[in-house]
Amino acid sequence: MKINQLSWLVGGPQGSGVDSGANIFSRACAYGGLYVFGKREYHSNIKGEHSNYVVRVSSELVRSHLDEIDFLVTFDPETLFRHIHKVVPGGVIIYDINQESITVDKIPTIDKPASKRIKSFLATNGVGYSVRDVIEYASRNGILTYGIPYVKLLEGLAERLNNPQIARMDVMINVMAVSASFALLQYDFSLVEKAIRYVFRAKKKVADLNVESAKYVYEYVLENFERTKYKLEPVRRNEVEMIIIQGYQASALGKIAGGCRFQSYYPITPASDESVYLEDNAVFEIAGDNGEVEKGSIVVVQTEDEIAAITMAIGAGLAGVRSSTATSGPGFSLMAEGLGWAGMNEVPVVVTLYQRGGPSTGLPTRHSQEDLLFSIYAGHGEFPRIVYASGDIEEIFYDAVKVFNFAERYQTPVIHLIDKAMANSIATVKKFDLTKVKIDRGELIEAFSDGIYKRFKFTETGISPRAKLGTENTVFWNTGDEHDELGHITEDHELRTMMVDKRMKKLELALVEISDEDKATLYGDAHAEYAVLSWGSTKGAILDAMDILEKEGYRFKFVQVKLLHPFPKDRVKDLIGQAKVLIDIEHNKMAQFGSIVRREILRDFDYYILKYNGRPMSLSEVYLALKLIFENKANKIQVLNNGD
Amino acid sequence: MAIKIDEVKRLTLDEYKTDVHNDWCPGCGDFGILQSVQVALFELGIPRHKAVVFSGIGCSGKTPHYINVYGIHTLHGRALPFAIGAKLANPDLNVIVVGGDGDGLGIGVGHFVSSGRRNVNLTYIVYNNAVYGLTKGQASPTLKLGVKTKSLPKPNINDSINPIALALVSGYTFIARGYSYDVKHLKEIIKKAVLHKGLAFIDVLQPCPTYNDINTKDWYLGKDRVDPVTGKPISRIYKLEETGYDPYVHNPDDPNELNLKWIQVVEKSLEWGDRIPVGIFYVNEHISSYEERISDVISDYFSNPPAMQKISLKDGKTNVRLEHLLKEFSTT
Repeated sequence: MKINQLSWLVGGPQGSGVDSGANIFSRACAYGGLYVFGKREYHSNIKGEHSNYVVRVSSELVRSHLDEIDFLVTFDPETLFRHIHKVVPGGVIIYDINQESITVDKIPTIDKPASKRIKSFLATNGVGYSVRDVIEYASRNGILTYGIPYVKLLEGLAERLNNPQIARMDVMINVMAVSASFALLQYDFSLVEKAIRYVFRAKKKVADLNVESAKYVYEYVLENFERTKYKLEPVRRNEVEMIIIQGYQASALGKIAGGCRFQSYYPITPASDESVYLEDNAVFEIAGDNGEVEKGSIVVVQTEDEIAAITMAIGAGLAGVRSSTATSGPGFSLMAEGLGWAGMNEVPVVVTLYQRGGPSTGLPTRHSQEDLLFSIYAGHGEFPRIVYASGDIEEIFYDAVKVFNFAERYQTPVIHLIDKAMANSIATVKKFDLTKVKIDRGELIEAFSDGIYKRFKFTETGISPRAKLGTENTVFWNTGDEHDELGHITEDHELRTMMVDKRMKKLELALVEISDEDKATLYGDAHAEYAVLSWGSTKGAILDAMDILEKEGYRFKFVQVKLLHPFPKDRVKDLIGQAKVLIDIEHNKMAQFGSIVRREILRDFDYYILKYNGRPMSLSEVYLALKLIFENKANKIQVLNNGD
Repeated sequence: MAIKIDEVKRLTLDEYKTDVHNDWCPGCGDFGILQSVQVALFELGIPRHKAVVFSGIGCSGKTPHYINVYGIHTLHGRALPFAIGAKLANPDLNVIVVGGDGDGLGIGVGHFVSSGRRNVNLTYIVYNNAVYGLTKGQASPTLKLGVKTKSLPKPNINDSINPIALALVSGYTFIARGYSYDVKHLKEIIKKAVLHKGLAFIDVLQPCPTYNDINTKDWYLGKDRVDPVTGKPISRIYKLEETGYDPYVHNPDDPNELNLKWIQVVEKSLEWGDRIPVGIFYVNEHISSYEERISDVISDYFSNPPAMQKISLKDGKTNVRLEHLLKEFSTT
């Protein structure tokens, strides 16, 4: 029996409810106190192309996905063909029994390279091209297969509810498939119902019907099919309260909690979900000084392009509000000039950069970490900026606050690096603790009456007291040209040097002031000989691999660098300590982070584990790649290529 | 528009001027626009800290440095979105945007059009001299097809944009044209534009004495065509208000009236050459401002705008209560 350890995949054409099905599954598990990590893959397409969601469930913390699938939940043949090779022996396949005769070459959405790969897999294993062939092959290999007659079940439900229309409501098949898997997992149906009701909370009738159909399928499966060796059981959890949330939602909530009251954006995947969430929740509760409930709000503006998005956010920043924009690679490219203006005029502004595969449009809906160097160097000329990367959904929330503190304290643009993997993943995380959320507005002056106000006054730290537009006696000037203390244009050669030094000095201060924990975090054995260095969303797979490898006797430390610019060289050196072998893990071809570390600590990496196929690293891959290194069998560069 | 006359003291006109050396060419039309903005601010009595002048890049971009209110000299073509950001963060600010024709109708034309859709309460003044002066006189988007100014190697092979008509179809709710050497007339237009609730556009004919040898001051004033009877030049420029022209949309519910107003604006906007109208072309006070549209969702937007919101408690912790938003993510 395998209890509370499951790697579950649901797939289907986009627009068929794969997302809501996975959402229901994840929530129902979370309602039972289980830990959940869900990874979403989708095409740049509205309807029809294949999408899938892998959800890992456990009674222990899970932070990454596995390539191996225990439960393959399908309602179209494409999902079966695309993922059959990942199902483990003893695993489970749920499929539509009425589609058994469909063959792989009759499915137009399976593109040529995928079709070739699938056919080669089938040929190698002596399997024909039809669903029936694949199911027979699976059975021969110890996989339990469950043919669900979705259409017949809909007809049965129509009869039971005395509503003939239901027989044609194939939009509910996603929920039926999910419910079938819960029946096979013998999971408490009341939690499934609760999750369905939640996901369809806006439409009571839809929720009722889906609950009815889920219940019908659940009963049908229990009556007609044998049990599997898998089981999910609710666990009692008395510790901290958990929430189930996606990365973009954590970022949006962090912005609200962190005092961001203005966001401008141009639609782009996968960044715009955050802005839409903010717009949807533009009015929220705040506490007055005496604890009374008041209203706070955020203005969200959808602009004509990303140039307007960043410049509008900067304009708002000048008026004194914490402001930001959220974008992805192509949009960020357009923001480069604005970023430089903000750097030149020392305006706090936050760019939340959801990395995806580039260059150009690249892989619009797929994961990457290719924009690190671009974040650090975007814009012509030299100006200070801070680049900060979160490693998981929980970090995103707290970091979304910190980046505003950095922006205001150092009066400079801050780029908060997130990525597609985190944006669209769903996970159970500790409920956000607002008592940990501190607001630091830096040298923001509320009033001024001390002679002539100089916006760019020379100071020891390089930071000049900042006034909002509209503050009496603080009229000032800004210009993208080099300027004097008042903000008027200058081309004076001596003033130029002083001003450049003034601006850049702020980064030295940031390196002194930002806490060690906020710069880089150490996990694992501090004295280990092997040190993995990484940044961003690889954290989950690395930590999960660490747990397994430690049990197998392989010890290593993991240095997660969060402050990527200015680079906390001393902190990173400290954390590397006496480690003899350095391993870089990241999601790009050029080992961008590795190149920064090499330059800063003057030491090369011994190994690189890289992936740039648009899919996040799985625990399976990271585990194997590290193990090869520990067993001294690895090449210097390992390129990972799993995906679906 | 929310103008609060400073109760403390009324400023002098000089107090709206800075002592920054003005390096525009002698005789530049920009001087007249600068003066008109300064006089308008002075006559409206806007406190210095309540006014912000945004500019783009080029000769016109330097304008804010010469005016003693907040001056934000931004990027080429981007003055409007910068200004809109500031205005939406704090609607109490009086925002004037200035820029060249290349800035607003070339590199920034996307923002020009998109801003019309929003109708944010600010004033946008375009310095229209048909050339890119600071880069030595290339053709700007308002230079007519076939015209060859002295710095062009060949006649212009692009047709020109019609700024007035473009503003109209983009949704600007106050559209006017001024002439930079007629400060008395232009400052009145600017004052009306500032007081207008919504996005106001002023196209200012502004001769570039250095690079545009076609549309010169003398040309606008008709020095080339002297009245045989009086012996005086017949100015090409005439004032709409002196012809009984009515720019106002009176009844927003009458589609016929609106149609006629639009046709009237387009007709007037096409006049060029012998007779060039200045004055107010169009005013529609019946379109909601972007700020009003925001306040439909955020009811206390005007009294508690983004820039004025408190975001922390006395102890420095966030004042946000997230409980109600976190409910959506609850696992219990």
